[in-house]
Amino acid sequence: MVARYDSLALLTAVALVLSGFAASGQEAERKGIPAPPGHVFKTIISGYEYRSKETRALQDDDLENPGFLAIERATDMWKTVEGSEGKSCMSCHGDAETSMKGVGAAMPKWSEKLNKPVNLEQQINICRSEHMKAEPWAFKSQQLTDMTAFVRNQSRGMPVTVKTDGPMSPWFEKGKQIYYTRVGQLDLACASCHEQNNGKFLRADFLSQGQSNGFPTYRLRDQRLIPLHERFEGCMFDVRGVPYKPLSDEFLALELYVAWRGIGLPVETPSVRN
Amino acid sequence: MGAINRRQAFLLGGGLVALTLMPMTADAEPSNDAAELIKKFTGGKEAASGKISLDLPEIAENGNTVPLSLTVDSPMTADNYVKEVLFVADGNPNGGVATLMFSPLSGKAEASIRIRLAQTQNVIAVAKMSDGSLFTERKTVKVTIGGCGG
Amino acid sequence: MADRPRIKLPKEAKQGEIIQIKTLVSHLMESGQRKDAQGKTIPRKIINKFTCEFNGKAVFACALEPAISANPYIQFDARVDEAGTFKFAWTDDDGTVITAEEKITLKA
Repeated sequence: MVARYDSLALLTAVALVLSGFAASGQEAERKGIPAPPGHVFKTIISGYEYRSKETRALQDDDLENPGFLAIERATDMWKTVEGSEGKSCMSCHGDAETSMKGVGAAMPKWSEKLNKPVNLEQQINICRSEHMKAEPWAFKSQQLTDMTAFVRNQSRGMPVTVKTDGPMSPWFEKGKQIYYTRVGQLDLACASCHEQNNGKFLRADFLSQGQSNGFPTYRLRDQRLIPLHERFEGCMFDVRGVPYKPLSDEFLALELYVAWRGIGLPVETPSVRN
Repeated sequence: MGAINRRQAFLLGGGLVALTLMPMTADAEPSNDAAELIKKFTGGKEAASGKISLDLPEIAENGNTVPLSLTVDSPMTADNYVKEVLFVADGNPNGGVATLMFSPLSGKAEASIRIRLAQTQNVIAVAKMSDGSLFTERKTVKVTIGGCGG
Repeated sequence: MADRPRIKLPKEAKQGEIIQIKTLVSHLMESGQRKDAQGKTIPRKIINKFTCEFNGKAVFACALEPAISANPYIQFDARVDEAGTFKFAWTDDDGTVITAEEKITLKA
């Protein structure tokens, strides 16, 4: 245990050394929302608040935000008939602006049929294979990420509202356990960076609370939309650990728990992040 | 705990590597063809300073997408306008970034684009006016490499 | 890559008014610097030219290099002296051209 605290202290020391070249704007007051009683944070803050003014500007204007290229592609896909049932998304759901409003803000949600929670990507593929009799889209495929962003975008501005009680409760606990478990050669947990050190630099990175309200997000690094589980994979890879698989039970539990950590934050999909 | 254990030694090493990799100053060697591109654009004539204002972040959040805005002070009338603006970057694999072509119909000599910068370096703009006069301006952008956003 | 370009400009303007035009087009802008998993260089494939004309007259153009970010965003201005049509064209290295048009009317 002693060694563990020492190593974190050492990393924090590195972070402090690096914080010397903090960009202007990043020191500005970060706005958030008050957390409900019993929450880990006093104030829940979106990743938007941790980004530079230039990056925020890219998100502030829908025409300047490259994430909207994906929304536009999915707007067309929503109406496209695929599979042997001769159906499109629209055949069952009609106008996405009304039928999908609020749906993305409340994912993952419990599936009675599967007896487990499902997230948006999984629900889209369930629709495709069961109702459209079309091939499910691969995770990280442009189509699946575009459609996920499109459905989430219908909840833009609405608060994140996941259910964590009832049958979700063990999944929530599992997600929490993963969040606090140190992994990889760098021996870091999600909490090491995003709970204990948000607002500080770790090497060149300005750490946020690690909120998921903007996902899928347009990352400047990748110059494309990144789904949440790809970001989880990236974090685990960055700490030199072996990531769980996208859409695995582990990442689904983590998605649920991380959504709760951002409860009440407005959905920003498609957000722009570094 | 007296002696440093293996994990601590590893992390300390990691920390030192991180420090060595940090781009602290704008000392990128102009190793690419940026200077030749400017020479070709100006025909070897000297460009004066002034007239151009560049809006670039001091530190780019990610070098793959750096917003760049340009304003050139010009009335943009039929007999007095900005014809072309060359952008080069002196620390990329290739110096060329973009050449903007304005006309009196542009109304204003203003534009915004997004550029890639492989490391900390200078972005240089050279404007050619309708009377053949030349102006230049440059800005250093710090680009952080490595880490989660790398 | 046959996505519709995104373009924003006002629907109408006063005669002589200078308007702002924002354009965004979906493109990987493969720089020619990257390598694939086998270590082979991925060939360059970018949008190398953008043009905007109004009623057949050149307004703004640019030549682009691999140092332009993916999904190129280009913002510029235009003076509107008459009603008419803006024509936009993005030229790919492979010779294909993405085009778009936007009409503008004069405010009474």
